[in-house]
Amino acid sequence: MLSMQNISKVFTTDSVQTHALREFSLEIDEGDFVSVTGPSGSGKTTFLNIAGLLEDSTSGAYRLDGEDISGLGDKERSRLRNEKIGFIFQSFNLIPELDIFDNIDVPLRYRGLKANERRQRIEQAINTVGLGSRASHLPTQLSGGQQQRVAIARALAGEPRFLLADEPTGNLDSQMAEGVMELLEEINAAGTTIIMVTHEQFLAQRARRNIFIRDGRVSTDKSDTSLKAAASA
Amino acid sequence: MLTYYIKLGLLSIRKNPVLSALMIAAIAVGIGACMTIVTINYIMGGNPIPHKSDNLYYVQLDSWDPDEPAEEPNEPPRQVTYIDATALLAAGKASRQVVSYRTVRVVEPEVKDQLPFTANTRSTTADFFAMFDVPFLFGSGWDKAADDSLEQVAVLSRDMNEQLFGGENSVGKQVTMNGEQYRVTGVLDNWIPVPKYYDVTTGAFNDPEEIYFPFSISIANEVSGDGNTNCWKPIDDGGFSAFLNSECVWMQMWVELNSESEKTSYLSFMDAYVDSQKLLGRFPRPLNNRLSNVEEWLINQEVVDEDAQVLLGLAILFLIVCLLNTIGLLLAKIMRRAGEIGLRRALGATKGAMFSQQIVEAGIIGLSGGILGVGMTWLGLRAIERLFEGVSFIEHLVSMDWVMVLSAVILAIVSALLAALYPTWRACNIQPASQIKAQ
Repeated sequence: MLSMQNISKVFTTDSVQTHALREFSLEIDEGDFVSVTGPSGSGKTTFLNIAGLLEDSTSGAYRLDGEDISGLGDKERSRLRNEKIGFIFQSFNLIPELDIFDNIDVPLRYRGLKANERRQRIEQAINTVGLGSRASHLPTQLSGGQQQRVAIARALAGEPRFLLADEPTGNLDSQMAEGVMELLEEINAAGTTIIMVTHEQFLAQRARRNIFIRDGRVSTDKSDTSLKAAASA
Repeated sequence: MLTYYIKLGLLSIRKNPVLSALMIAAIAVGIGACMTIVTINYIMGGNPIPHKSDNLYYVQLDSWDPDEPAEEPNEPPRQVTYIDATALLAAGKASRQVVSYRTVRVVEPEVKDQLPFTANTRSTTADFFAMFDVPFLFGSGWDKAADDSLEQVAVLSRDMNEQLFGGENSVGKQVTMNGEQYRVTGVLDNWIPVPKYYDVTTGAFNDPEEIYFPFSISIANEVSGDGNTNCWKPIDDGGFSAFLNSECVWMQMWVELNSESEKTSYLSFMDAYVDSQKLLGRFPRPLNNRLSNVEEWLINQEVVDEDAQVLLGLAILFLIVCLLNTIGLLLAKIMRRAGEIGLRRALGATKGAMFSQQIVEAGIIGLSGGILGVGMTWLGLRAIERLFEGVSFIEHLVSMDWVMVLSAVILAIVSALLAALYPTWRACNIQPASQIKAQ
């Protein structure tokens, strides 16, 4: 589903070249729940940005859902982001002057769906995250956990093939974080592939696959079976 | 998507009320200053009789001094002599022809408690009213027979009729001017041609006259002109009659010609007339006769003052400065919203979609600036009116019509869109990855 081969990303300033990713290779299958951990500056967010088509790699090959990404123009990349990827960010990234309904509506607008279909999808997504009664609220009227649920609903409404979550619980207390994690697990159980970047080991271990990045490379890659084996030993 | 972009634009304006208000104000002030001057230029340079301006021709005959032209480089005199005006009139070669000159007469009201007063009047031939499409409230002008039989008839302006007869239908009543009785044949409706094209020699933006009476009776009663009189030869002794036979130019002549061939024929006729006069020792200069239609005549007479055009240039510069300010403000606004723009890009908005959204918002700002700019223009025109209070023609120049209102709004929208191009381009190129993390 997601295939990266020898991806490199170099940030160049006048005097310094920073290698964020080096010869980074990774395969992720459909329906997987992958956690990505690593120290600060290891390249986790750069990986997520490239996976989410928010940034170009400097070199290497990237195929998303069988489609070669290299050489795609802005329109095609935007279409892929809109139709196949759902984003969940640490700071929720809701638009403060839009109510919950309209925030969830944003990606659907860019897909050009008719009003009726948009409404159905939005209502279904809001109900999925348990905020059915809050559709007309502004983000500032919700708690952090609720805001993150709205962000998840926004991602779900587009019925993406996979979700990219960047520290989805980073701004939440443990109770709210637990709620969000349970929601992500439900979504994954329903068939959506999830890639989650996190600092928290205990959250990472709830994923079926745990990737550890160091110095821009995959340092360890433990799948569900190896994790269970390690746990039982 | 347009309604969605309009909704987003309005939300964005509400979210940044100060920045948005500053932008709208910058555009409004620029549009107001620019459109105030444009309005004055527009009215000054407008076509006062568009439906027939191509058929009305001002007559110029070069009867001037052999040693120097009437005006450099080789312009014929702006007016004609009495001899030539009456000769061309008598020939009757045009479908309509008007000879006229401005006079001042003392009007003696019939009402006992009203004192005599001076009025601007015009001595003219019968075709004046039909040729210039002058509207009548009551009655009509006089006919050619009245011209020929020296009838003492007159046409009053609406204001004069108000002053003398309280606005009633005064047709058939008598008006006394300089002790002579004139029978009223008609009362004009409101008629203020701007510019006053039929006689720009007495001020292109002055009010039209208050009383009109026949040229023939005016000459018979030895009524001299109140406009410009220019002579290149001394006048012989002999009073008014000598003046009439002099080479002094002091009358305006217009002819109505309905086709290019009629114009060509009339010009040939004028040339033939001048050739015949040369045999009598007149017209010492080479043939240099002119027929200018209304617009040609107004351009020739430089009715739009050069200072007004300089002022227009300055006003446009001012608008550009306001737009530069708007560009800065728009940039600041867009940079504030970089996070949202990055988010929208991440959620699937193309660069084109972001461009459309920003441009629609700029359009809303432009529209608001335009509407406010119309108000500013109105204030600007009122300020000019106050500044030049007492100048008779100013009130004709400081009024806005729908064309100018619409032009102000369109100019504001176009200006805002132009100002938005660079900030919008910057918005389209915002990298979502760098903004999302920062938000």
